[in-house]
Amino acid sequence: MAIKQLTIFVQNKKGAIVSITDILAENNVNLRALSIAETEDFGILRLIVNDDKTAERVLSEQGYLIKTVDVVGVKIGDAPGKLTSALDVLDEADINVEYLYAFMARTEKHAYVVLRVEDNNSAETALEKAGFHLITEADINKL
Amino acid sequence: MAQNYYQKEIETMPSSDMKKLQSEKLRKQVKHVYENVEYYRNLMDEKGVKPEDINGIEDLHKLPFLTKADLRDAYPYGLLAKPLKECVRIQSTSGTTGRRVVAFYTQHDVDLWEDCCARAIVAAGGTKEDVCQVAYGYGLFTGGAGLHGGSHKVGCLTLPMSSGNTDRQIQFMEDLGATILCCTPSYAAYIGESLKEQGYKPEDIPLKAGIFGAEPWTEEMRKNIEETLGIKAYDIYGLTETSGPGVAFECSEQTGMHINEDHFLAEIIDPDTGEVLPEGEKGELVFTALDKEAFPLLRYRTRDICVLSRKKCSCGRTLIKMAKPMGRTDDMLIIRGVNVFPSQIETVLLNEGYQPNYQIIVDRSNNTDTFDVHVEMTPEQFTDKVGDVLKMEKSLANAMKTMLGINPAVHLVPPKSIVRSEGKAVRVIDKRKLV
Repeated sequence: MAIKQLTIFVQNKKGAIVSITDILAENNVNLRALSIAETEDFGILRLIVNDDKTAERVLSEQGYLIKTVDVVGVKIGDAPGKLTSALDVLDEADINVEYLYAFMARTEKHAYVVLRVEDNNSAETALEKAGFHLITEADINKL
Repeated sequence: MAQNYYQKEIETMPSSDMKKLQSEKLRKQVKHVYENVEYYRNLMDEKGVKPEDINGIEDLHKLPFLTKADLRDAYPYGLLAKPLKECVRIQSTSGTTGRRVVAFYTQHDVDLWEDCCARAIVAAGGTKEDVCQVAYGYGLFTGGAGLHGGSHKVGCLTLPMSSGNTDRQIQFMEDLGATILCCTPSYAAYIGESLKEQGYKPEDIPLKAGIFGAEPWTEEMRKNIEETLGIKAYDIYGLTETSGPGVAFECSEQTGMHINEDHFLAEIIDPDTGEVLPEGEKGELVFTALDKEAFPLLRYRTRDICVLSRKKCSCGRTLIKMAKPMGRTDDMLIIRGVNVFPSQIETVLLNEGYQPNYQIIVDRSNNTDTFDVHVEMTPEQFTDKVGDVLKMEKSLANAMKTMLGINPAVHLVPPKSIVRSEGKAVRVIDKRKLV
């Protein structure tokens, strides 16, 4: 069920992200979501793309340090308080969220939230039980 | 393991005979230099020493030292002892610590240098059956030329690859069945990493031995290279000023390097007073070239800190051994009053599971030294969580503090982002000197 997130270690300096997005564009990889966590020295770039295998291959070939991890994707309504209700579910199930980021759907009145947790299965079970719709690789490809 | 020697009589000569041979060569050499090198004649005259005062190696301490500064002053021809028409070759240093040093060779000098390298190759198990891949830089740098010549003398099939173009190195290594690799240890580690990345296992390539030198490396780095390449890794020592690699070389025992002391007479001195220290004491290594013709340096201070030993070696060689240099009088950093050798950083990295790819940057801010160490992240350790990476930096900094006594700021950086030049990694950037 989980979706694939590409994680790339980058130096916190000018042009670091552009050179990555350039390579992806040249290889026809489309970005669905992007988030970056940065410190003074380095950044960790997290990407959801339409073709994670190609993205991983072309970036590794260029010498990037890249790792694919499974994350949970959940669809929530585009209204105030919707994210809170999803997070409440995880809280009640005692699931710690390492980090998250969200993006809007283009056409539907929905937002998507990407969650990084220790145990994907229990997070997915808890969210589904509470009536949330999880997103799959297939959903990502349709976006 | 049966021992092979390239020049058995010399390599296993009883030390009393060796001393006689050295004394005889030294007498001739001092006369040759005094007569032909005005620069050194002036130094001897200033000290009140005449060639006839030097009767044997016991009189060596009477001669004046030469330093890198003398080489700069005498650049380019001031220390030349033969007319240029007798010379057949020039080699030069990489110039990493200031102005380049230019050295001259007659055919005799090239031959003795290549013989020294041949001894090293044979000590590493090389025979005419071997395919020797020379991945030291070719050109002015002595690494390529020295091992290339030595490989020819042994009769190995020589692959003159020079450094760089790693994919081609790997392709030739596999397709042409290289059995001996000669390059800098950092390049050997890099080739090892690349092989691993491309999915090779050590048994996929026929390499059995490597001869690595031209920069300092640690035992941990040796283990690491031996594992990734599936070989036995031998150290080799030399410097352009004395001829190039092959001044000293490691044998199967791997406990120090045998000095080719029939050509290069070694002393250990106190770097502050210049006083000669007894065997076994740590100090600055000094070399006297006993039979080079064109560029015969007497008592040249290498700035390498090391120890000599004449303990019996299981390989049968009687040549005196030098320990791996523990640092250099000039690359020892003093940071916030504490002595720091780059090799200590390397040891910590290998202990903590990192590759020895690092760069030390020292600067000064508000009258205090800043001490930053950049370390390349490895794929095994990379995680998607910032907190984990910060924890890794912190634990590396703690391990370095334990080793050095001062606290560095550790920065993890992407793989291969630390600049490598001519196969030599740039380990230290000291910006304090620029102020």
